[in-house]
Amino acid sequence: MTTKAEAVINWIDERFPLTASIKGHLTEYYAPKNFNFWYFFGSLALMVLVIQIVTGIFLVMHYKPDASLNAAGVPVAFASVEYIMRDVPGGWLIRYMHSTGASAFFIVVYLHMFRGLLYGSYRKPRELIWIFGVLIFLALMAEAFMGYLLPWGQMSFWGAQVIVNLFSAIPVIGPDLSLVIRGDYVVSDATLNRFFSFHVIAVPLVLIGLVAAHIVALHEVGSNNPDGVEIKKKKDANGIPLDGIPFHPYYTVKDIVGVVAFLFVFTAIVFFAPEGGGYFLEFNNFIPADPLKTPPHIAPVWYFTPFYSVLRAVTYPLFGIDAKFWGVVAMGAAVVIIAFLPWLDRSPVKSIRYKGPLFKAILAVFVVAFVILGYLGVLPPTPGRTLVSQICSVIYFGFFLLMPWYSKMDQCKPEPERVNFK
Amino acid sequence: MSVDEKMDNGRRQLLVATSAVGGAIGVAAAVPFVASLTPSERAKAAGAPVEADIGKLAPGEMMTVEWRGKPVWILRRTPEMLESLKKTDPLVSDPGSEKPMQPEYAKNEYRSIKPEFLVAVGICTHLGCSPSSKFKSGADSGLGDDWFGGFLCPCHGSTFDLAGRVYKSKPAPDNLEVPPHKYLSDAKLLIGDDGKA
Repeated sequence: MTTKAEAVINWIDERFPLTASIKGHLTEYYAPKNFNFWYFFGSLALMVLVIQIVTGIFLVMHYKPDASLNAAGVPVAFASVEYIMRDVPGGWLIRYMHSTGASAFFIVVYLHMFRGLLYGSYRKPRELIWIFGVLIFLALMAEAFMGYLLPWGQMSFWGAQVIVNLFSAIPVIGPDLSLVIRGDYVVSDATLNRFFSFHVIAVPLVLIGLVAAHIVALHEVGSNNPDGVEIKKKKDANGIPLDGIPFHPYYTVKDIVGVVAFLFVFTAIVFFAPEGGGYFLEFNNFIPADPLKTPPHIAPVWYFTPFYSVLRAVTYPLFGIDAKFWGVVAMGAAVVIIAFLPWLDRSPVKSIRYKGPLFKAILAVFVVAFVILGYLGVLPPTPGRTLVSQICSVIYFGFFLLMPWYSKMDQCKPEPERVNFK
Repeated sequence: MSVDEKMDNGRRQLLVATSAVGGAIGVAAAVPFVASLTPSERAKAAGAPVEADIGKLAPGEMMTVEWRGKPVWILRRTPEMLESLKKTDPLVSDPGSEKPMQPEYAKNEYRSIKPEFLVAVGICTHLGCSPSSKFKSGADSGLGDDWFGGFLCPCHGSTFDLAGRVYKSKPAPDNLEVPPHKYLSDAKLLIGDDGKA
């Protein structure tokens, strides 16, 4: 005897794998029981993605991607953002959620990536998860960069000018490529409109597809954990990992704790410091774009600064090609090299818990170098700072490129048979 | 299909041929999309020359006009400023303006038609920021004692002398561009058209 509700579920299940999907991804997806707080950031990233999509949908209802000047002599795009801030009921809140969400996204994603670094989550058999993740990071950077042009402030304009000109540094095809990106000889209305299109349609679609692939791949091989041992090696009579617990309800409930803690901080910033001290929304971006005047100091938003520092650190021409081109190559390589981690790490163990002092020391130096690069990226360049950023760039690449050697040499401790859990 | 069943090569070839043609058409369908990304006819037409009235420009003063959406500087250089170009000769990477960053008629020591007036596109050749004026020389400039006046790009620290020539070992690869221009009269300058193109 089946109830009405069961009958409906059955009807659906015969046509669509509803119950099977819920089981496969939630109630019978077994995650290691020893997750610690580092494991909040994946689900938080997903939540921030939802915040960005929902707030974005509502912002598009009032925003106008138009660089022409209105009757008051202000660019229409800039004025429409001010309109959202001042005249649209609740508009300021939605806009600040979106702008704070951008920075929050990167904070959460950087921590999520660092978690992978700590516990070797990129190692076999999770290489594809890691590569999808790096692609998500790239898509996120594109999304953030194009979104930053939309308010059409001074930083929007000159930031886009600088980054689009990066492409013109590529030999032979460069100048034409940057022309195709801009759609004009300068950053203009054409550029604003296509960036709007990419920001609201193209990149979000790619992003959602990649996130789906990231999660499907994860659920295929199962999650890593702070001990870096495979829970699937030890299963009970029913084929369930001994150290696994169902994602729902155990981790859905745990993640709610993370969500609450995150929202405390997030809403505090949205309500009390939406500009993030000039790091989340730069002060110069409250001035409408002026193609004739570069602000005295332009810097990218904080989440790009480590890579921007790498770009600036390259000051030597090579093989008869400008330093500018090699700067672009170095910046691109700094991101792409992350994708190769699964093959660079030759350590016998995955997790930092069982890695030796060598790896721990090198990782610490790497983190310090990365933070210094990020800090220098917001400052104007001086010869001294350029030298420091060159040293840090070498450390950054050294961390990756020397990994096959130092990860092998390191004095690792033996991994346990099963995860540690108290 | 079992292994020993004979493959119909005629059908296979037809499939390969039609797939190839279909694929080629699919690729060709990308052409209008890529073409739509290139500058529109209107954007191309917007590059009309602009006139600048330089009659009221005092020595040592600079004015900026917009040409093709870019700032074009017109700097009326004083004799001291022109003198400084001799001192920067060994410091800049392309003192003789060998690279084609200027029309033939501006390929000289002052990079201008009339030595007094520098006409240059105020866009750094590195990544397209607009450099700021640092005309004071020496320690006052904040750029060190050996600074002779010029331009500093705020983005990546490239420096240019008062002829728009880039200093050595800076991110910018080239001198500032000198746009095509001509004098309509002593006080009127036409930027974007030199009657040669």
